[in-house]
Amino acid sequence: MSKDNQVLEELTSKEYEHGWTSNIEMESAPKGLNEDIVRFISAKKNEPEWLLEWRLKAYRHWLTMKEPTWPNVSYPKINYQDVIYYAAPKQKAKVNSLDEVDPELLKTFEKLGISLTEQKRLTGIAVDAVLDSVSVATTFKEKLGELGIIFCSFSEAVKEHPELIKKYLGSVVPMNDNYFAALNSAVFSDGSFCYIPKGVRCPMELSTYFRINAANTGQFERTLIVADEGSYVSYLEGCTAPQRDENQLHAAVVEIYAMKNAQVKYSTVQNWYPGDKEGKGGIYNFVTKRALCFGDHSKVSWTQVETGSSITWKYPSCVLKGDYSSGEFYSVAVTNNYQQADTGTKMIHIGKNTKSRIVSKGISAGHSQNSYRGQVHIMKRAEGARNFSQCDSLLMGDKCGAHTFPYIDVENNSAKVEHEATTSKIGEDQIFYCLQRGIDEESAVALIVNGYAKEVLNQLPMEFAVEAQKLLALTLEGSVG
Amino acid sequence: MLSIKNLHAKIEDNQILNGLNLEVKAGEVHAIMGPNGSGKSTLASVLAGREEFEVTEGTVDYLGKNLLELAPEERAREGVFLAFQYPVEIPGVSTINFMKTAVNQVREGRGQAPLDAVSFLSLMKEKMKLVEIDQSLLNRSLNEGFSGGEKKRNEIFQMAMLEPKLAILDETDSGLDIDALRIVANGVNKLRDKNKAIIVVTHYQRLLEYIVPDFVHVLYKGKIVKSGTKDLALELEAKGYDWIKDEVAVV
Repeated sequence: MSKDNQVLEELTSKEYEHGWTSNIEMESAPKGLNEDIVRFISAKKNEPEWLLEWRLKAYRHWLTMKEPTWPNVSYPKINYQDVIYYAAPKQKAKVNSLDEVDPELLKTFEKLGISLTEQKRLTGIAVDAVLDSVSVATTFKEKLGELGIIFCSFSEAVKEHPELIKKYLGSVVPMNDNYFAALNSAVFSDGSFCYIPKGVRCPMELSTYFRINAANTGQFERTLIVADEGSYVSYLEGCTAPQRDENQLHAAVVEIYAMKNAQVKYSTVQNWYPGDKEGKGGIYNFVTKRALCFGDHSKVSWTQVETGSSITWKYPSCVLKGDYSSGEFYSVAVTNNYQQADTGTKMIHIGKNTKSRIVSKGISAGHSQNSYRGQVHIMKRAEGARNFSQCDSLLMGDKCGAHTFPYIDVENNSAKVEHEATTSKIGEDQIFYCLQRGIDEESAVALIVNGYAKEVLNQLPMEFAVEAQKLLALTLEGSVG
Repeated sequence: MLSIKNLHAKIEDNQILNGLNLEVKAGEVHAIMGPNGSGKSTLASVLAGREEFEVTEGTVDYLGKNLLELAPEERAREGVFLAFQYPVEIPGVSTINFMKTAVNQVREGRGQAPLDAVSFLSLMKEKMKLVEIDQSLLNRSLNEGFSGGEKKRNEIFQMAMLEPKLAILDETDSGLDIDALRIVANGVNKLRDKNKAIIVVTHYQRLLEYIVPDFVHVLYKGKIVKSGTKDLALELEAKGYDWIKDEVAVV
């Protein structure tokens, strides 16, 4: 175990102050889940009656469901009655300047290339950092407003744009879709809403970072993106800085609705706390992400860089309903120590001449287990559908595992489906070759891993890609040799 | 520049080098020849610092430093270069990107500022000519899908870029046709100067027609058993290694 990994662990086990807004005073709900808790959450958020009913319906359905056991992950049984579903944000001790922050933490930030302002924000040096980001966010919001783009917190959207929420909430991921989606639907805390009007090309990357009142909504986050006809948006979720949350159980839902000729590019960097060296205390991340390419010629592209969480259960999917619609999934999933990831995608081809492309790059190190699970389903009327899948696994060391579970289901004879898979090991020969050229081991691993993941990293917006590269290297430091 | 005394080295339980002695001065080109399994590649690996080989006895002095105490990357930064017999492939990493990282880390190790993009490119263009290598090759993933000749040329290109003081060419001629051999050898010859030393490890005399050595040594059973000038290489070519084996047996 390298020193830096320890640093990462140390810093991630510190109290992490990320985005709590100070003006909300709330008490927590008691532990456990029942209809009263659902009502309590809804009441706290001043929600309309229909949304409460929706939550309750989801809750009642959840009661009839069973936690899935098919993923290739193992964890102690979750006691859902032992979880707090609504907690008041805690105020944490304020720090006055970066001089008071643990230098090791700053070193990690520096390695990730996180700007000074961002560093201040992350370490909770509130005053000017927050002011700064608010002013940026305000300018940002004005600009978007001129174009008719709506980008706000989910709660705000429920109040300001109830007709849109009512129409699209659950339209891609129904409340009863799966165990974790149902749970989320019952108790979701907050999240983001985004609407791009007809023919509008969103001129900047939309990032939750710029969202005002982006309170800590990590636990049961709900995101809804609606792209109207002919619109385009690139959406960024997460950040490369290590994220800690007191809540171990996370179940988020992301829905994307793309109309005719609309294009949505959704990029994620996930770096939730992965647990300590023995895998204790990490986040369980059960995420349902799905896009509906509803209109003809619509296109949705998922790109994810997954480095965190102790358990990852996540399959960003595309339902290709419109003719000529297309879906893409680019993924790098890294697991180290005792992390377990079961991740992949589903491409459901319904419309004619629909296309999908899957590029999955798994990297396993330490004692971790990394599984790709993907489904390609070509339905009967999906004349001329095409899919290409490439699933590669890279192993570091001999105590980790890489697994691939592809499911291919073709009901139309005109479809073309290609699947390629490779497994390779990061070689001592490769490392030595780099060393012999004067490159130190840390940089060598970074170089090799980033080369391996290049096809996926290339899909990320430029700035995000640079950060993601550094994150990959940092996550894997000390895993060779 | 390089002084190897009584070097013993093993890999796992196989003792491969058995008291090897070699003195190399700046400006000299030494050829190390010998039959299969005599320890030629082991010598190259030990000098470059490959971990699998354990030095059990002896010393290696390089420019007044104990070479054996330096980590492989430190040796590289001090100017030791190994042209690999089997250059590895690194998918997704272009030679340009790879070299940029290497050149700047070596420069950092030597206390020099990193090269900016423009200076790096002009250095690269200059060295590309030297080994007649095409930029399209350097844009591709390092060694991935390269032919044998392209791989070896790429090694010499890297050598030119890193400007080593001591270059070790490990069977650089293996797998090359005569044209590729000439191009690679020309590249090496252009890099020869009075401040640099080159150790050429080879099976065959063929390469030595192009890279003419000052000294030729025969390695057998982990020891240098015979040294001479380039004529020794010709003699070996004509007579094979058996007479040397016999000679050693008699002694």
